[in-house]
Amino acid sequence: MSHADLRLPQVQKLGQTSRTDVWWLQPLVVLLGLSAFGVYATWAAFQARDYFYHTGGAHYLSPFYSPLLYGAPHEPRWIDATLPSWWPSWMPFSAAFLILAGPGAMRFTCYYYRGAYYKAFWADPISCSVGEPKFRGEKYRGEYRLPLILQNIHRYVFYPAAAFVIVLFYDAFRAMWFTRPDGNGTEFGVGVGTLVLLLNATLLGGYTFGCHCARHQIGGYLDRMAGRPIRTACYTCVSWLNKRHMGWAWVSLVWVGWSDAYVRLLCKGVFTDFRIF
Amino acid sequence: MAQATFRIWKGQGDSAGFKDFVTDATVGMVVLDAVHQIQAESDPTLACRWNCKAGKCGSCSAEINGNPRLMCMTRLDQLDLTVPVIIEPMKSFPHVRDLVTDVSWNFRVKKAIKPFKPRKPDAPDGTWRIQQQDVERVQEFRKCIECFLCQDVCHVLRDHHKHPEFAGPRHFVYTAALEMHPLDTENRLGQMKDAGGIGYCNITKCCTKVCPEHITITDNAIIPLKERVTDEYYDPITRFFKIFKTNQ
Repeated sequence: MSHADLRLPQVQKLGQTSRTDVWWLQPLVVLLGLSAFGVYATWAAFQARDYFYHTGGAHYLSPFYSPLLYGAPHEPRWIDATLPSWWPSWMPFSAAFLILAGPGAMRFTCYYYRGAYYKAFWADPISCSVGEPKFRGEKYRGEYRLPLILQNIHRYVFYPAAAFVIVLFYDAFRAMWFTRPDGNGTEFGVGVGTLVLLLNATLLGGYTFGCHCARHQIGGYLDRMAGRPIRTACYTCVSWLNKRHMGWAWVSLVWVGWSDAYVRLLCKGVFTDFRIF
Repeated sequence: MAQATFRIWKGQGDSAGFKDFVTDATVGMVVLDAVHQIQAESDPTLACRWNCKAGKCGSCSAEINGNPRLMCMTRLDQLDLTVPVIIEPMKSFPHVRDLVTDVSWNFRVKKAIKPFKPRKPDAPDGTWRIQQQDVERVQEFRKCIECFLCQDVCHVLRDHHKHPEFAGPRHFVYTAALEMHPLDTENRLGQMKDAGGIGYCNITKCCTKVCPEHITITDNAIIPLKERVTDEYYDPITRFFKIFKTNQ
């Protein structure tokens, strides 16, 4: 753009500000929240067990392992094998390794999370109108150049993430059908685990389908939407979700972790699932 | 009647620094009232820019306790008066004197943005027909009062001094209002990508937080523009399908 030489105030140092409020609290909460989730998800992925609960006819699959591409014969696996033939024998295998990159990439490139982790992890900036590390100065590249220009792949990771949500809804539906005590067929039922998994799919749906990329694809790219009632309705709906995107992002993150923990604790026998009907 | 201390940035150039002023704080006062009172009582040379005193002219932008705000819209009862209230000029623009900064750079940037270019009139009398729902989307952007608080808080300008390469949130809002206008036929995406440097924005949402008109700058203007730039320059699949799309 057109510019003249600007004599500007000196670049501030990290953390320098006149703000008198607790500006550091939000980035600290984000740092701790995302770190805790990352550590738990990694630990849970490496466990490679306690992800499918079938006691009492239940059918609860942890969302960290869904879709279960490979698994034991009694598990709802998609491929009839315990692990891929190409998997190196020296490397430990977990079915979660094959799928977690999908939702992980969705979160990593999400517009909300980008803003949040740039602040919390890279202090870029650490908070609004608070100084950031001086060494960056005018070398700042933002998302204009490599590597962060690759964040533009967000739209490509959205579609697999949307497919995951559909699979998780199927899992929640499957969790409504309990194997009869005599082993002949299934019967409809709802346990606490069913509700946990159903809520998990719903929250992840609210997060995924309310993302900025979905909003753009569904109609945001258009300048004129009059005369397109279905598209307008979809755009309005996605915009409603998008307005609360941060809330969906956090609630769904916590709940997906809890859903895995719930199934895991059931498998370990820490508590038993309460069958509502 | 309570007294309050105001720690105000005073002077120009290297000799500028904070100076404390004590004045009465009465019910209903805003920070701009206090500054005027200090001018009247203690220091008639204290410079500040102001005009409407109603949050509509965007002149009295400053940083109050480190937060970019309009002085005329910041009530004293929102602030802790037991400690000095810190008032500083905006930090993303050249300092002139006391609380005054030179914001003329913004107007030069705005001038460089491609202007509104409507399609051919829809009716023989030279008028157009547009639907209310299509106009509503850009109405929000027209609330901007050009206070430049969003430019001030944006770390790309404030900390990284990317003025030569980055237009800033105010101008992304302005561009979004033009780009998304149902009558407009101009394409400013290349301009936003290159000269406007929209890729430098890393979505801190600070601009949205400080906007006194509550424009959802990041979610409704910047991110949609970023997505359109991605459509146009970074997404081969979208570019391929655009070949088959009818004119919007």
